[in-house]
Amino acid sequence: MLKDKHLTVTVSPHIKTALSTEKMMWIVSCALIPASAAGIYFFGFRAALVIAACIVSSLLSELFCTLLMKKPATIKDGSAFLTGLLLALCLPPGLPLWMCFLGGFFAIAVSKFAFGGLGFNIFNPALAGRAFLMGAFAKEMTSWKTLRVFPDGITAATPLNLLKEQGYDSLMKVYDSHSYLFKELFIGHVGGSIGETSAALLIIGGLILLFARIITWHIPVSYILTVAIISYFTGGTFGIIFHLLSGGLMIGAFFMATDPVTSPLTSKGQLVFGAGCGILTMLIRLRGGYPEGVCYAILLMNSVTPLIERYSKTRIFGAGKNG
Amino acid sequence: MDKEEKKNIGYLAEVTKGFIKENPIFILCLGLCPTLAISNLVENAFGMGFAFFFVLLCSNITISLVQKLIPDEVRIPCFIVIIAAFVTVAGLLMQWLIPDVYARMNLYINLIVVNCIILGRAEAFASKNNVLRSILDAVGMGIGFFAGLLLISAIREITGFGTFLGFRLIPQHIKPVAIMILAPGAFFTIGFLMALFNLIRMKKGKVSK
Repeated sequence: MLKDKHLTVTVSPHIKTALSTEKMMWIVSCALIPASAAGIYFFGFRAALVIAACIVSSLLSELFCTLLMKKPATIKDGSAFLTGLLLALCLPPGLPLWMCFLGGFFAIAVSKFAFGGLGFNIFNPALAGRAFLMGAFAKEMTSWKTLRVFPDGITAATPLNLLKEQGYDSLMKVYDSHSYLFKELFIGHVGGSIGETSAALLIIGGLILLFARIITWHIPVSYILTVAIISYFTGGTFGIIFHLLSGGLMIGAFFMATDPVTSPLTSKGQLVFGAGCGILTMLIRLRGGYPEGVCYAILLMNSVTPLIERYSKTRIFGAGKNG
Repeated sequence: MDKEEKKNIGYLAEVTKGFIKENPIFILCLGLCPTLAISNLVENAFGMGFAFFFVLLCSNITISLVQKLIPDEVRIPCFIVIIAAFVTVAGLLMQWLIPDVYARMNLYINLIVVNCIILGRAEAFASKNNVLRSILDAVGMGIGFFAGLLLISAIREITGFGTFLGFRLIPQHIKPVAIMILAPGAFFTIGFLMALFNLIRMKKGKVSK
Protein backbone atom coordinates (compact mmCIF):
# COMPACT_ATOMS: atom_id res chain seq x y z
CA MET A 1 0.00 0.00 0.00
CA LEU A 2 2.72 2.42 0.90
CA LYS A 3 4.98 2.73 -2.03
CA ASP A 4 7.17 5.42 -0.56
CA LYS A 5 9.68 4.38 2.01
CA HIS A 6 9.16 7.44 4.12
CA LEU A 7 5.98 8.55 5.71
CA THR A 8 5.63 12.28 5.46
CA VAL A 9 4.27 14.01 8.50
CA THR A 10 2.78 17.42 7.81
CA VAL A 11 0.35 19.78 9.40
CA SER A 12 -3.09 20.25 7.91
CA PRO A 13 -4.48 20.89 5.29
CA HIS A 14 -3.90 17.42 3.89
CA ILE A 15 -6.24 17.49 0.93
CA LYS A 16 -4.94 19.93 -1.60
CA THR A 17 -6.71 21.23 -4.63
CA ALA A 18 -5.16 20.89 -8.03
CA LEU A 19 -5.80 24.58 -8.61
CA SER A 20 -2.47 26.35 -8.42
CA THR A 21 -1.88 30.08 -8.55
CA GLU A 22 -0.49 29.64 -12.02
CA LYS A 23 -3.51 27.77 -13.30
CA MET A 24 -5.85 30.27 -11.70
CA MET A 25 -4.12 33.22 -13.35
CA TRP A 26 -4.34 31.64 -16.78
CA ILE A 27 -8.02 30.75 -16.35
CA VAL A 28 -8.78 34.37 -15.43
CA SER A 29 -6.77 35.56 -18.42
CA CYS A 30 -8.74 33.20 -20.67
CA ALA A 31 -12.00 34.46 -19.21
CA LEU A 32 -10.95 37.94 -20.32
CA ILE A 33 -10.35 36.90 -23.93
CA PRO A 34 -13.92 37.63 -25.16
CA ALA A 35 -13.91 41.12 -23.68
CA SER A 36 -10.41 41.86 -25.00
CA ALA A 37 -11.36 40.61 -28.45
CA ALA A 38 -14.42 42.85 -28.41
CA GLY A 39 -12.24 45.78 -27.39
CA ILE A 40 -9.90 45.17 -30.32
CA TYR A 41 -12.88 44.76 -32.66
CA PHE A 42 -14.57 47.98 -31.56
CA PHE A 43 -11.52 50.19 -31.12
CA GLY A 44 -9.25 48.79 -33.82
CA PHE A 45 -5.62 47.76 -33.94
CA ARG A 46 -4.56 50.55 -31.57
CA ALA A 47 -6.28 48.73 -28.71
CA ALA A 48 -4.25 45.60 -29.43
CA LEU A 49 -1.08 47.69 -29.21
CA VAL A 50 -2.13 49.08 -25.82
CA ILE A 51 -2.82 45.57 -24.54
CA ALA A 52 0.51 44.30 -25.85
CA ALA A 53 2.41 47.24 -24.37
CA CYS A 54 0.87 46.76 -20.92
CA ILE A 55 1.53 43.02 -20.87
CA VAL A 56 5.11 43.35 -22.09
CA SER A 57 5.91 46.09 -19.60
CA SER A 58 4.33 44.12 -16.73
CA LEU A 59 6.32 41.02 -17.60
CA LEU A 60 9.57 42.97 -17.94
CA SER A 61 8.93 44.77 -14.64
CA GLU A 62 8.26 41.45 -12.93
CA LEU A 63 11.51 40.05 -14.32
CA PHE A 64 13.41 43.18 -13.32
CA CYS A 65 12.02 43.18 -9.77
CA THR A 66 12.64 39.51 -9.12
CA LEU A 67 16.22 39.89 -10.36
CA LEU A 68 16.76 43.03 -8.33
CA MET A 69 15.35 41.54 -5.14
CA LYS A 70 17.00 38.18 -5.79
CA LYS A 71 13.67 36.39 -5.50
CA PRO A 72 12.71 33.25 -7.39
CA ALA A 73 11.59 34.14 -10.91
CA THR A 74 7.80 34.43 -10.91
CA ILE A 75 7.45 35.71 -14.43
CA LYS A 76 5.88 32.48 -15.61
CA ASP A 77 3.15 32.24 -12.97
CA GLY A 78 0.86 34.40 -15.07
CA SER A 79 0.18 37.01 -12.42
CA ALA A 80 2.15 39.70 -14.21
CA PHE A 81 0.52 38.76 -17.50
CA LEU A 82 -2.92 39.06 -15.91
CA THR A 83 -2.07 42.37 -14.26
CA GLY A 84 -0.90 43.75 -17.59
CA LEU A 85 -4.02 42.54 -19.36
CA LEU A 86 -6.37 43.91 -16.70
CA LEU A 87 -4.54 47.23 -16.72
CA ALA A 88 -4.82 47.50 -20.50
CA LEU A 89 -8.52 46.69 -20.39
CA CYS A 90 -9.21 49.69 -18.19
CA LEU A 91 -7.18 52.15 -20.26
CA PRO A 92 -8.50 54.27 -23.12
CA PRO A 93 -7.52 52.77 -26.49
CA GLY A 94 -5.74 55.90 -27.70
CA LEU A 95 -3.29 56.19 -24.80
CA PRO A 96 0.33 56.79 -25.91
CA LEU A 97 2.25 53.53 -25.63
CA TRP A 98 5.02 54.84 -23.38
CA MET A 99 2.36 55.77 -20.85
CA CYS A 100 1.09 52.18 -21.03
CA PHE A 101 4.64 51.01 -20.30
CA LEU A 102 4.87 53.35 -17.33
CA GLY A 103 1.52 52.14 -16.03
CA GLY A 104 2.58 48.51 -16.25
CA PHE A 105 5.82 49.30 -14.48
CA PHE A 106 4.01 51.15 -11.71
CA ALA A 107 1.46 48.36 -11.29
CA ILE A 108 4.11 45.69 -10.86
CA ALA A 109 7.08 47.46 -9.32
CA VAL A 110 5.41 49.94 -7.00
CA SER A 111 2.04 48.50 -6.08
CA LYS A 112 3.13 44.86 -5.97
CA PHE A 113 6.86 44.41 -5.36
CA ALA A 114 7.35 47.41 -3.10
CA PHE A 115 4.94 45.66 -0.75
CA GLY A 116 6.72 42.31 -1.02
CA GLY A 117 5.43 40.67 -4.18
CA LEU A 118 2.40 38.59 -5.06
CA GLY A 119 0.20 37.95 -2.04
CA PHE A 120 1.46 40.93 -0.05
CA ASN A 121 0.10 43.79 -2.10
CA ILE A 122 -2.54 45.94 -0.42
CA PHE A 123 -4.02 47.34 -3.59
CA ASN A 124 -5.05 45.63 -6.78
CA PRO A 125 -1.98 46.24 -8.96
CA ALA A 126 -3.88 46.79 -12.21
CA LEU A 127 -6.18 49.37 -10.63
CA ALA A 128 -3.30 51.05 -8.84
CA GLY A 129 -1.56 51.33 -12.21
CA ARG A 130 -4.66 52.90 -13.67
CA ALA A 131 -5.04 55.30 -10.77
CA PHE A 132 -1.40 56.32 -11.20
CA LEU A 133 -1.88 57.03 -14.89
CA MET A 134 -5.08 58.92 -14.08
CA GLY A 135 -3.17 61.13 -11.67
CA ALA A 136 -0.23 61.56 -13.99
CA PHE A 137 -1.91 62.05 -17.37
CA ALA A 138 -5.47 63.09 -16.65
CA LYS A 139 -6.00 64.56 -20.11
CA GLU A 140 -4.81 61.52 -22.06
CA MET A 141 -6.68 59.18 -19.76
CA THR A 142 -10.01 60.82 -20.49
CA SER A 143 -9.73 61.39 -24.23
CA TRP A 144 -11.75 58.64 -25.81
CA LYS A 145 -10.94 57.59 -29.31
CA THR A 146 -13.68 57.50 -31.89
CA LEU A 147 -15.07 54.03 -32.34
CA ARG A 148 -13.84 52.23 -35.42
CA VAL A 149 -17.26 50.86 -36.32
CA PHE A 150 -19.36 53.70 -35.02
CA PRO A 151 -21.96 54.46 -37.70
CA ASP A 152 -21.73 58.26 -37.76
CA GLY A 153 -18.24 58.68 -36.39
CA ILE A 154 -19.44 60.68 -33.39
CA THR A 155 -16.76 61.44 -30.85
CA ALA A 156 -17.27 58.65 -28.45
CA ALA A 157 -17.42 60.20 -25.02
CA THR A 158 -18.47 57.51 -22.61
CA PRO A 159 -22.18 57.47 -21.77
CA LEU A 160 -21.35 58.12 -18.13
CA ASN A 161 -19.27 61.11 -19.18
CA LEU A 162 -22.09 62.46 -21.32
CA LEU A 163 -24.55 62.09 -18.49
CA LYS A 164 -22.25 63.79 -16.02
CA GLU A 165 -21.00 66.65 -18.17
CA GLN A 166 -23.95 67.44 -20.39
CA GLY A 167 -26.93 65.84 -18.75
CA TYR A 168 -29.59 63.34 -19.65
CA ASP A 169 -30.92 65.23 -22.67
CA SER A 170 -27.70 65.22 -24.67
CA LEU A 171 -27.19 61.57 -23.80
CA MET A 172 -30.55 60.89 -25.38
CA LYS A 173 -29.61 63.03 -28.37
CA VAL A 174 -26.69 60.70 -29.14
CA TYR A 175 -28.57 57.49 -28.43
CA ASP A 176 -32.12 58.04 -29.63
CA SER A 177 -34.01 55.76 -27.30
CA HIS A 178 -33.53 53.93 -24.04
CA SER A 179 -33.66 50.56 -25.70
CA TYR A 180 -31.02 51.54 -28.27
CA LEU A 181 -28.72 52.86 -25.55
CA PHE A 182 -29.16 49.72 -23.49
CA LYS A 183 -28.49 47.50 -26.48
CA GLU A 184 -25.31 49.40 -27.32
CA LEU A 185 -24.17 49.29 -23.72
CA PHE A 186 -24.89 45.59 -23.50
CA ILE A 187 -22.81 44.61 -26.51
CA GLY A 188 -20.19 47.25 -25.80
CA HIS A 189 -20.59 49.50 -28.80
CA VAL A 190 -19.92 52.70 -26.83
CA GLY A 191 -16.92 54.83 -25.97
CA GLY A 192 -14.86 53.79 -23.02
CA SER A 193 -11.84 51.85 -21.91
CA ILE A 194 -10.75 48.91 -24.05
CA GLY A 195 -12.22 46.08 -22.06
CA GLU A 196 -14.93 47.63 -19.95
CA THR A 197 -17.54 48.43 -22.55
CA SER A 198 -19.02 45.06 -23.41
CA ALA A 199 -21.20 44.08 -20.47
CA ALA A 200 -22.37 40.89 -22.14
CA LEU A 201 -18.91 39.45 -22.75
CA LEU A 202 -17.72 40.44 -19.30
CA ILE A 203 -20.67 38.64 -17.75
CA ILE A 204 -19.76 35.56 -19.79
CA GLY A 205 -16.18 35.83 -18.50
CA GLY A 206 -17.47 36.28 -14.96
CA LEU A 207 -19.64 33.19 -15.28
CA ILE A 208 -16.59 31.22 -16.42
CA LEU A 209 -14.79 32.30 -13.26
CA LEU A 210 -17.77 31.36 -11.10
CA PHE A 211 -18.10 28.03 -12.86
CA ALA A 212 -14.38 27.29 -12.50
CA ARG A 213 -14.75 28.21 -8.82
CA ILE A 214 -12.04 30.83 -9.01
CA ILE A 215 -14.35 33.39 -7.48
CA THR A 216 -17.41 33.01 -5.32
CA TRP A 217 -20.66 34.82 -5.97
CA HIS A 218 -20.47 37.03 -2.88
CA ILE A 219 -18.48 40.04 -4.08
CA PRO A 220 -19.98 40.42 -7.58
CA VAL A 221 -23.54 39.89 -6.39
CA SER A 222 -23.36 42.23 -3.42
CA TYR A 223 -21.48 44.83 -5.49
CA ILE A 224 -23.93 44.77 -8.40
CA LEU A 225 -26.96 44.55 -6.14
CA THR A 226 -25.86 47.57 -4.13
CA VAL A 227 -25.35 49.59 -7.30
CA ALA A 228 -28.77 48.47 -8.56
CA ILE A 229 -30.53 49.46 -5.34
CA ILE A 230 -28.89 52.89 -5.16
CA SER A 231 -29.48 53.61 -8.82
CA TYR A 232 -33.12 52.56 -8.52
CA PHE A 233 -33.69 55.11 -5.77
CA THR A 234 -31.91 57.85 -7.68
CA GLY A 235 -32.93 57.13 -11.25
CA GLY A 236 -35.72 54.58 -11.41
CA THR A 237 -35.63 51.65 -13.81
CA PHE A 238 -33.60 53.61 -16.36
CA GLY A 239 -31.04 54.24 -13.62
CA ILE A 240 -30.70 50.56 -12.78
CA ILE A 241 -30.05 49.35 -16.30
CA PHE A 242 -27.91 52.32 -17.22
CA HIS A 243 -25.66 52.16 -14.18
CA LEU A 244 -25.30 48.39 -14.28
CA LEU A 245 -24.28 48.26 -17.92
CA SER A 246 -22.15 51.37 -18.26
CA GLY A 247 -18.63 52.15 -17.15
CA GLY A 248 -16.34 49.61 -15.59
CA LEU A 249 -18.86 48.04 -13.24
CA MET A 250 -18.92 44.58 -14.79
CA ILE A 251 -15.17 44.20 -15.20
CA GLY A 252 -14.75 45.70 -11.74
CA ALA A 253 -17.26 43.46 -10.03
CA PHE A 254 -16.14 40.21 -11.66
CA PHE A 255 -12.42 40.68 -12.27
CA MET A 256 -11.05 43.46 -10.10
CA ALA A 257 -12.91 43.38 -6.80
CA THR A 258 -12.61 39.60 -6.61
CA ASP A 259 -8.80 39.61 -6.61
CA PRO A 260 -8.09 37.05 -3.86
CA VAL A 261 -5.13 38.97 -2.45
CA THR A 262 -6.83 42.29 -1.89
CA SER A 263 -10.35 41.23 -0.92
CA PRO A 264 -11.63 39.61 2.30
CA LEU A 265 -11.50 35.84 2.77
CA THR A 266 -14.76 35.10 4.54
CA SER A 267 -18.09 35.20 2.74
CA LYS A 268 -19.49 37.65 5.27
CA GLY A 269 -16.53 39.93 4.71
CA GLN A 270 -16.90 39.61 0.96
CA LEU A 271 -20.53 40.71 1.14
CA VAL A 272 -19.52 43.78 3.13
CA PHE A 273 -16.65 44.44 0.71
CA GLY A 274 -18.94 44.24 -2.33
CA ALA A 275 -21.54 46.48 -0.75
CA GLY A 276 -18.87 49.03 0.16
CA CYS A 277 -17.59 49.02 -3.42
CA GLY A 278 -21.15 49.56 -4.66
CA ILE A 279 -21.84 52.46 -2.33
CA LEU A 280 -18.56 54.19 -3.15
CA THR A 281 -18.99 53.65 -6.88
CA MET A 282 -22.43 55.24 -6.87
CA LEU A 283 -21.31 58.02 -4.56
CA ILE A 284 -18.54 58.96 -6.99
CA ARG A 285 -20.77 58.59 -10.06
CA LEU A 286 -23.62 60.66 -8.66
CA ARG A 287 -21.92 63.14 -6.37
CA GLY A 288 -18.20 63.05 -7.15
CA GLY A 289 -16.10 64.97 -9.63
CA TYR A 290 -15.36 61.96 -11.84
CA PRO A 291 -17.89 60.35 -14.16
CA GLU A 292 -16.78 56.86 -13.16
CA GLY A 293 -15.94 55.55 -9.72
CA VAL A 294 -15.29 51.83 -10.00
CA CYS A 295 -11.51 52.11 -9.91
CA TYR A 296 -11.32 54.35 -6.87
CA ALA A 297 -14.14 52.52 -5.10
CA ILE A 298 -12.31 49.20 -5.30
CA LEU A 299 -8.98 50.74 -4.33
CA LEU A 300 -10.57 52.39 -1.31
CA MET A 301 -12.22 49.16 -0.27
CA ASN A 302 -8.88 47.36 -0.75
CA SER A 303 -7.45 49.62 1.90
CA VAL A 304 -10.12 48.66 4.45
CA THR A 305 -9.92 44.94 3.67
CA PRO A 306 -7.78 44.18 6.77
CA LEU A 307 -10.40 45.91 8.92
CA ILE A 308 -13.23 43.92 7.31
CA GLU A 309 -11.28 40.72 7.86
CA ARG A 310 -10.89 41.57 11.49
CA TYR A 311 -14.59 42.08 12.08
CA SER A 312 -15.80 39.20 9.94
CA LYS A 313 -13.57 36.53 11.42
CA THR A 314 -15.42 33.24 11.68
CA ARG A 315 -15.91 32.02 15.21
CA ILE A 316 -13.62 29.18 16.18
CA PHE A 317 -15.76 26.23 17.21
CA GLY A 318 -15.81 25.74 20.94
CA ALA A 319 -13.67 28.76 21.67
CA GLY A 320 -16.43 30.70 23.39
CA LYS A 321 -18.13 33.90 22.47
CA ASN A 322 -15.02 35.83 21.58
CA GLY A 323 -13.22 33.03 19.81
CA MET B 1 27.72 56.28 31.78
CA ASP B 2 25.48 58.02 29.33
CA LYS B 3 27.56 61.16 29.49
CA GLU B 4 30.79 59.25 28.94
CA GLU B 5 29.35 57.61 25.86
CA LYS B 6 28.26 60.98 24.53
CA LYS B 7 31.74 62.39 24.97
CA ASN B 8 33.21 59.50 23.03
CA ILE B 9 31.55 60.71 19.84
CA GLY B 10 34.13 62.82 18.03
CA TYR B 11 33.32 66.34 16.93
CA LEU B 12 33.35 65.29 13.31
CA ALA B 13 30.92 62.43 13.98
CA GLU B 14 28.60 64.94 15.62
CA VAL B 15 28.31 66.61 12.22
CA THR B 16 28.27 63.57 9.96
CA LYS B 17 25.66 61.64 11.92
CA GLY B 18 23.04 63.90 10.41
CA PHE B 19 23.95 62.89 6.86
CA ILE B 20 22.97 59.24 6.78
CA LYS B 21 23.02 57.54 10.18
CA GLU B 22 20.51 59.92 11.74
CA ASN B 23 19.24 61.66 8.64
CA PRO B 24 16.26 63.67 9.87
CA ILE B 25 14.01 62.92 6.91
CA PHE B 26 14.81 59.38 5.92
CA ILE B 27 15.88 57.76 9.19
CA LEU B 28 14.32 59.81 11.99
CA CYS B 29 11.24 60.52 9.83
CA LEU B 30 10.98 64.02 11.25
CA GLY B 31 9.93 67.21 9.52
CA LEU B 32 7.91 65.32 6.94
CA CYS B 33 5.20 67.99 6.75
CA PRO B 34 7.32 70.67 5.05
CA THR B 35 9.12 67.96 3.11
CA LEU B 36 5.90 66.68 1.60
CA ALA B 37 4.47 70.14 1.04
CA ILE B 38 7.24 72.11 -0.64
CA SER B 39 9.48 69.51 -2.27
CA ASN B 40 7.97 69.83 -5.74
CA LEU B 41 10.42 72.51 -6.88
CA VAL B 42 14.16 72.69 -6.30
CA GLU B 43 13.85 76.43 -5.81
CA ASN B 44 11.46 75.86 -2.93
CA ALA B 45 13.85 73.35 -1.44
CA PHE B 46 16.62 75.96 -1.44
CA GLY B 47 14.39 78.52 0.24
CA MET B 48 13.14 76.08 2.81
CA GLY B 49 16.58 74.58 3.36
CA PHE B 50 18.24 77.92 4.07
CA ALA B 51 15.46 79.16 6.34
CA PHE B 52 15.50 75.87 8.18
CA PHE B 53 19.27 75.84 8.53
CA PHE B 54 19.31 79.37 9.89
CA VAL B 55 16.57 78.72 12.45
CA LEU B 56 18.03 75.39 13.56
CA LEU B 57 21.50 76.81 14.03
CA CYS B 58 20.35 79.91 15.91
CA SER B 59 17.89 78.09 18.12
CA ASN B 60 20.35 75.33 18.95
CA ILE B 61 22.97 77.90 19.97
CA THR B 62 20.53 79.95 22.03
CA ILE B 63 18.96 77.00 23.76
CA SER B 64 22.26 75.41 24.68
CA LEU B 65 23.37 78.77 26.09
CA VAL B 66 20.29 79.30 28.25
CA GLN B 67 19.63 75.65 29.13
CA LYS B 68 20.47 76.24 32.81
CA LEU B 69 18.04 79.15 33.02
CA ILE B 70 14.97 77.35 31.67
CA PRO B 71 12.80 75.63 34.30
CA ASP B 72 12.14 72.04 33.34
CA GLU B 73 8.34 72.35 33.60
CA VAL B 74 8.00 75.06 30.96
CA ARG B 75 10.84 74.09 28.66
CA ILE B 76 8.70 73.36 25.58
CA PRO B 77 6.99 76.80 25.58
CA CYS B 78 10.39 78.41 26.09
CA PHE B 79 11.86 76.49 23.16
CA ILE B 80 8.94 77.51 20.99
CA VAL B 81 9.32 81.17 21.86
CA ILE B 82 13.01 81.07 21.00
CA ILE B 83 12.38 79.20 17.76
CA ALA B 84 9.50 81.51 16.81
CA ALA B 85 11.75 84.54 17.23
CA PHE B 86 14.25 83.14 14.75
CA VAL B 87 11.52 82.04 12.37
CA THR B 88 10.25 85.61 12.30
CA VAL B 89 13.77 86.83 11.53
CA ALA B 90 14.13 84.26 8.76
CA GLY B 91 10.72 85.14 7.35
CA LEU B 92 11.47 88.85 7.24
CA LEU B 93 14.88 88.22 5.68
CA MET B 94 13.35 86.07 2.98
CA GLN B 95 10.65 88.63 2.31
CA TRP B 96 13.40 91.15 1.70
CA LEU B 97 15.83 88.98 -0.29
CA ILE B 98 13.65 86.54 -2.23
CA PRO B 99 10.10 87.92 -2.15
CA ASP B 100 8.63 85.65 -4.83
CA VAL B 101 9.85 82.44 -3.19
CA TYR B 102 8.59 83.72 0.13
CA ALA B 103 5.20 84.54 -1.32
CA ARG B 104 4.88 80.97 -2.51
CA MET B 105 5.77 79.35 0.76
CA ASN B 106 5.34 81.80 3.61
CA LEU B 107 2.89 79.45 5.31
CA TYR B 108 5.46 76.69 5.46
CA ILE B 109 8.18 79.07 6.59
CA ASN B 110 5.98 80.09 9.50
CA LEU B 111 5.29 76.46 10.26
CA ILE B 112 9.01 75.94 10.94
CA VAL B 113 8.07 77.14 14.45
CA VAL B 114 6.57 73.76 15.22
CA ASN B 115 8.92 71.78 12.99
CA CYS B 116 9.66 68.57 14.82
CA ILE B 117 13.31 68.43 13.79
CA ILE B 118 14.09 71.81 15.33
CA LEU B 119 11.99 71.18 18.42
CA GLY B 120 13.37 67.66 18.61
CA ARG B 121 16.99 68.82 18.43
CA ALA B 122 16.24 71.46 21.06
CA GLU B 123 14.66 68.94 23.39
CA ALA B 124 16.94 65.98 22.75
CA PHE B 125 20.25 67.68 22.09
CA ALA B 126 20.74 71.39 22.56
CA SER B 127 19.21 71.49 26.05
CA LYS B 128 21.64 68.81 27.23
CA ASN B 129 24.88 69.62 25.41
CA ASN B 130 27.34 72.49 25.24
CA VAL B 131 27.34 75.21 22.62
CA LEU B 132 30.01 73.75 20.37
CA ARG B 133 28.36 70.35 20.13
CA SER B 134 24.97 72.01 19.57
CA ILE B 135 26.41 74.00 16.68
CA LEU B 136 27.93 70.87 15.14
CA ASP B 137 24.68 69.00 15.64
CA ALA B 138 22.73 71.79 13.97
CA VAL B 139 25.15 71.90 11.05
CA GLY B 140 24.92 68.13 10.54
CA MET B 141 21.16 67.99 10.87
CA GLY B 142 20.74 71.08 8.72
CA ILE B 143 22.86 69.62 5.95
CA GLY B 144 21.08 66.27 6.25
CA PHE B 145 17.68 67.92 5.95
CA PHE B 146 18.82 70.23 3.18
CA ALA B 147 20.35 67.40 1.17
CA GLY B 148 17.28 65.22 1.63
CA LEU B 149 15.00 68.04 0.57
CA LEU B 150 17.19 68.75 -2.44
CA LEU B 151 17.20 65.10 -3.48
CA ILE B 152 13.43 64.71 -3.21
CA SER B 153 12.66 67.97 -4.95
CA ALA B 154 15.15 67.26 -7.75
CA ILE B 155 13.49 63.91 -8.45
CA ARG B 156 10.03 65.43 -8.30
CA GLU B 157 10.78 68.50 -10.37
CA ILE B 158 12.60 66.55 -13.10
CA THR B 159 9.87 63.91 -13.41
CA GLY B 160 6.89 66.15 -12.72
CA PHE B 161 7.82 69.33 -14.61
CA GLY B 162 10.70 68.10 -16.77
CA THR B 163 12.87 70.92 -15.42
CA PHE B 164 15.62 71.45 -12.83
CA LEU B 165 15.68 74.87 -11.17
CA GLY B 166 13.63 76.09 -14.09
CA PHE B 167 16.00 74.76 -16.79
CA ARG B 168 14.28 72.34 -19.12
CA LEU B 169 15.94 68.94 -19.00
CA ILE B 170 13.30 66.82 -20.70
CA PRO B 171 12.10 68.04 -24.11
CA GLN B 172 8.74 69.77 -24.19
CA HIS B 173 6.99 67.17 -26.32
CA ILE B 174 7.44 64.39 -23.75
CA LYS B 175 4.66 64.87 -21.25
CA PRO B 176 5.92 65.04 -17.66
CA VAL B 177 4.38 62.72 -15.09
CA ALA B 178 2.13 65.25 -13.38
CA ILE B 179 1.38 63.02 -10.40
CA MET B 180 4.97 63.46 -9.20
CA ILE B 181 4.39 67.11 -8.30
CA LEU B 182 1.18 66.26 -6.46
CA ALA B 183 1.03 64.79 -2.97
CA PRO B 184 1.19 61.11 -4.05
CA GLY B 185 4.46 61.80 -5.87
CA ALA B 186 5.98 63.09 -2.65
CA PHE B 187 4.98 59.92 -0.83
CA PHE B 188 6.34 57.67 -3.59
CA THR B 189 9.66 59.50 -3.68
CA ILE B 190 10.11 59.62 0.08
CA GLY B 191 9.10 55.98 0.43
CA PHE B 192 11.63 54.76 -2.09
CA LEU B 193 14.41 56.99 -0.79
CA MET B 194 13.68 55.75 2.74
CA ALA B 195 14.05 52.18 1.50
CA LEU B 196 17.32 53.15 -0.16
CA PHE B 197 18.66 54.72 3.04
CA ASN B 198 17.69 51.65 5.05
CA LEU B 199 19.48 49.52 2.50
CA ILE B 200 22.62 51.64 2.87
CA ARG B 201 22.37 51.38 6.65
CA MET B 202 21.89 47.61 6.53
CA LYS B 203 24.85 47.18 4.19
CA LYS B 204 27.00 49.32 6.49
CA GLY B 205 25.88 47.36 9.53
CA LYS B 206 26.94 44.13 7.89
CA VAL B 207 30.36 45.48 7.03
CA SER B 208 31.07 46.71 10.54
CA LYS B 209 29.98 43.41 12.05
